[in-house]
Amino acid sequence: MTYEELLISTAQKDERIIVMTAENRALVRNAPRLLGNRFIDTGITEQTMVGMASGLALRGRIPIVHALAPFLTMRAFEFIRTDVGIAHLPVKLSGYIPGFLSDGNGPTHQSIEDVAIMRGIPGMEVYCPADEDDLVKVLPSVWGNAAPAYVRINHKKGSFEHSAYVPGRAEVVSKGKDVTLLVYGFLFGNAMQAKELLEEEGLSVGLVNMRSLKPVDEEVIVEAALGSGLLVTIEDHLRTGGLYSIVAEVLLRHRVSRPAVVPLALEERWFRPGLLGEVLETEGFTGERIAARIKKANSVYAK
Amino acid sequence: MTNALSDTLKATAMRVREHIIRMAEGGGCFIGASLSCVEIIVYLYARVIRRNADNPDDPERDYLFLSKGHDVPTLYGTFAEMGLLPISRLSHHLSTSDHIYWHPNRQIPGVEFHSGSLGHLPSVAAGVALDCKLRGGGNRIVVITGDGELNEGSVWESLLVANAYGLDNLTIVVDRNQFQANIRTEDLVPLEPLEDKFRAFGCLVQRIDGHDLGELERAFETVLEAGGGKVRVIIADTVRGKGLPSIEARADRWFCAFTREEAGMLLEELHGHKEAAIESETLVVR
Repeated sequence: MTYEELLISTAQKDERIIVMTAENRALVRNAPRLLGNRFIDTGITEQTMVGMASGLALRGRIPIVHALAPFLTMRAFEFIRTDVGIAHLPVKLSGYIPGFLSDGNGPTHQSIEDVAIMRGIPGMEVYCPADEDDLVKVLPSVWGNAAPAYVRINHKKGSFEHSAYVPGRAEVVSKGKDVTLLVYGFLFGNAMQAKELLEEEGLSVGLVNMRSLKPVDEEVIVEAALGSGLLVTIEDHLRTGGLYSIVAEVLLRHRVSRPAVVPLALEERWFRPGLLGEVLETEGFTGERIAARIKKANSVYAK
Repeated sequence: MTNALSDTLKATAMRVREHIIRMAEGGGCFIGASLSCVEIIVYLYARVIRRNADNPDDPERDYLFLSKGHDVPTLYGTFAEMGLLPISRLSHHLSTSDHIYWHPNRQIPGVEFHSGSLGHLPSVAAGVALDCKLRGGGNRIVVITGDGELNEGSVWESLLVANAYGLDNLTIVVDRNQFQANIRTEDLVPLEPLEDKFRAFGCLVQRIDGHDLGELERAFETVLEAGGGKVRVIIADTVRGKGLPSIEARADRWFCAFTREEAGMLLEELHGHKEAAIESETLVVR
């Protein structure tokens, strides 16, 4: 099942759902034909779209709102925080081409602070499924509850068959004594490759697909910390406010001070635009580059 | 404009279109929205924008801002023809080793500001125009916007404020190619009557054929000479994909990535040979 198939079938079963877009139709090409007047394209007007979604939600609707992730989360930020957030309305935000997926668009289109700003809104949930299979497993729960939510959309197909989603819980792919990789979204596949490469080097490697960053699975993070010699957070997001920050908050809250946590993230800069494969190579996020960086970190931190 | 100059600029426009087609090869670019503003950008650098070749940062210079942003292949193609950017660098498109990608980057000499998020540069340009006024400069500030871009409320806020401050050194050129990304503007969020909207916001408005160099000349002569404290708006009616009949005015030719063979056929088509048969699935949305 694709994102769009799930969206359409969910909307067909629930009259409350209104599918909206600020003229980004990549994910909703068939929605105009199949949903009729419950498909609303407001044009290139992210703020107005979110304001209207709030009005629709006030009338009992559940708007599922689409735009490119940077313009949805940042152009319309104050509308999300003030209209959706303060009123705690069930508006569901779908952000397209987050993180590295904006490839050659450049910094204007790089949504690499979306997790930080969205999770900063009281009551807002934040989800980052790994791939299409994960997305369609996570979304029914997201769209079925009453909270406002932001979903970082990666609808690319992966090669891994994910487990059923348990609300608020991460997916533990493997446990590892030497190192545990905590990852979300598009980089899951590359983290999986890195795990296999590190295992070939004889390391015992854990891999966790975070799925939901808010609420976050604190138990899985603490267990990984207690059971591994090293934690690595992997994200196509700025180091500030993303998974590395979340893990730091969780470990501090639980008074866990070991092991070392190594962030693989973007540090205080936008990434060099280009075709996706070249971006991953340049920024050090191919499976091979992730493995090499972890191997180096492990040699520093391993007891 | 003399016939000789007009012929020279038309030849330049043709070569800029060739550069754009080559940049749509491989990883692709926003070809349609780039082809629609070729005459506008070529004309502006030839006749309106006064640069200081010895000092590109001269505070007395004129400014051109690309608010659309995704038409940057046209700008870089024009820079290549002006000798500002080596033609060989255009082949670095989408390489992380250079700064040439789908939207403008100020690392490229001549780019006044980055863009890509729509509706930003009318206000940035208003800030530049305000400072030029405060310092008593005679700078011309020109901004090219798309028409779909006019959906964004920030465009209209900037007009209200720019007119409140009497910024008649600011000219907005609307590349009116009739399309948003995937759909005709009038089928989604209608803009017409567009001249009335700009006039209601206090602007001095001209409407012309944006592919006609003579009309561009007359429009700019009119607005550059007028005083009156009003922001100038030139609505340039254009055709998305202009020059390539197989692409012109087609809603599904928004973002295109062609094979080398297809780009070759499009270059032939540009020069009046038969229409290219494109088999690559062009992306409807980027």
